[in-house]
Amino acid sequence: MRDDPRLRIAARAARELHPGEVVNLGIGIPNLIPRFLEDDSGIFVHTENGLLGVGPPPDGDELDEDLIDAAKRPITALPGAAYFDSAQSFAMIRGGHVDTAVLGALQVGERGDIANWAVPGKDVLGVGGAMDLVVGARRVIVTMTATSSSGEPKIVDRCSFPLTAAAAVDTVVTELLDGATVDDVAAVTTARFAVDDAVTLRA
Amino acid sequence: MTALALTTAEEAVAHVTSGDTVMVGGFGLVGAPLALIDALVEHSDATDLTIVSNNIGEPGRGLGKLLRQGRIRRGISSYFTSNPEAVDAVNAGEMEATLLPQGTFAEAIRAGGAGVGGFFTPVGAGTLLAEGKEERVLEGVTHVLEMPLHADVALVYAARADRLGNLWYRHTARNFNPLMATAARVTVAEAGEVLEVGELEPEAIHTPHLYVDVLVERP
Repeated sequence: MRDDPRLRIAARAARELHPGEVVNLGIGIPNLIPRFLEDDSGIFVHTENGLLGVGPPPDGDELDEDLIDAAKRPITALPGAAYFDSAQSFAMIRGGHVDTAVLGALQVGERGDIANWAVPGKDVLGVGGAMDLVVGARRVIVTMTATSSSGEPKIVDRCSFPLTAAAAVDTVVTELLDGATVDDVAAVTTARFAVDDAVTLRA
Repeated sequence: MTALALTTAEEAVAHVTSGDTVMVGGFGLVGAPLALIDALVEHSDATDLTIVSNNIGEPGRGLGKLLRQGRIRRGISSYFTSNPEAVDAVNAGEMEATLLPQGTFAEAIRAGGAGVGGFFTPVGAGTLLAEGKEERVLEGVTHVLEMPLHADVALVYAARADRLGNLWYRHTARNFNPLMATAARVTVAEAGEVLEVGELEPEAIHTPHLYVDVLVERP
């Protein structure tokens, strides 16, 4: 598993979540996070199609055609779960009642701008709940590889892709984790950055 | 107290006429009124339709069937992309597309049903989806003016109804259905099961019967 950067990113992002938080998990790497949470993590997963209290995928005999997540995958509901309509679901999001949104991105700008719904020159016909989540969630964590499949930096000085929202991202988790150096980071970004005092630097 | 006469899906879709705006419930196919959609595909000639639905079905399924018949002039959705044929239709100029953030889409329908003339939301400000829309800074945050959505006919699905038209939705099949039931001139409900009046717990009713005009039991 440690060879798969997506799983390493998900495992690290899981450590950013706190007991009692309501968390919305996007498609892709964020959806890998639950496997790194303890059963008693105290984290409530919200899915924007109308459920607070998402449980693990169903066994075959638990499969219920009325129970899916926003990625349209079958899920279960945990004890204490609540269902609601889409207007209430997005009132929760827009109203700041969802503590944390974890989602993927195509680009993140150095001021926290995020582009994660459209690629220039391709169709711009699917936005879903992305804009609502990054504007409304109290904290936005982006999980993504540091560079695109063609090697281009994804943490950039200025997003060139259409924005989802400006100045919305709080944290970015990439595969550059334990053992990465400041030079490693500098090599894969065009963004200006400072090094936090809490970061241990080794020669 | 007047119970609604149960009707067939074929009769119910006669309320849809050419040029109408039709709201269709469902998140993908979950909670979509599939029998009503099939009746619209097979037993109605109404065309030039504006469809308000989170997705335009899937290829050859749900609203994807209506799309293949070329009867959708315009789609208002948050996620056309789940049906690649809808994307192709837009790119070929065969269908107009209005894309809204999903929360704005839901709230616009709620506003339409609740008599609200529009609302300001911070979602979408400064993005492509705010182009051409009025913006206003409220409490220091840029907001976008979004207009309510209304329809001629809403097609919704509920797991249970009673004979008055009270509706109860199940699990994540609720989604946009209760909103759409409020926002149309004629609301047609397809119910998985139709109960006698009094059999639905009053406090469990999600859509009170005054919103529902036509009731169909899913075959």
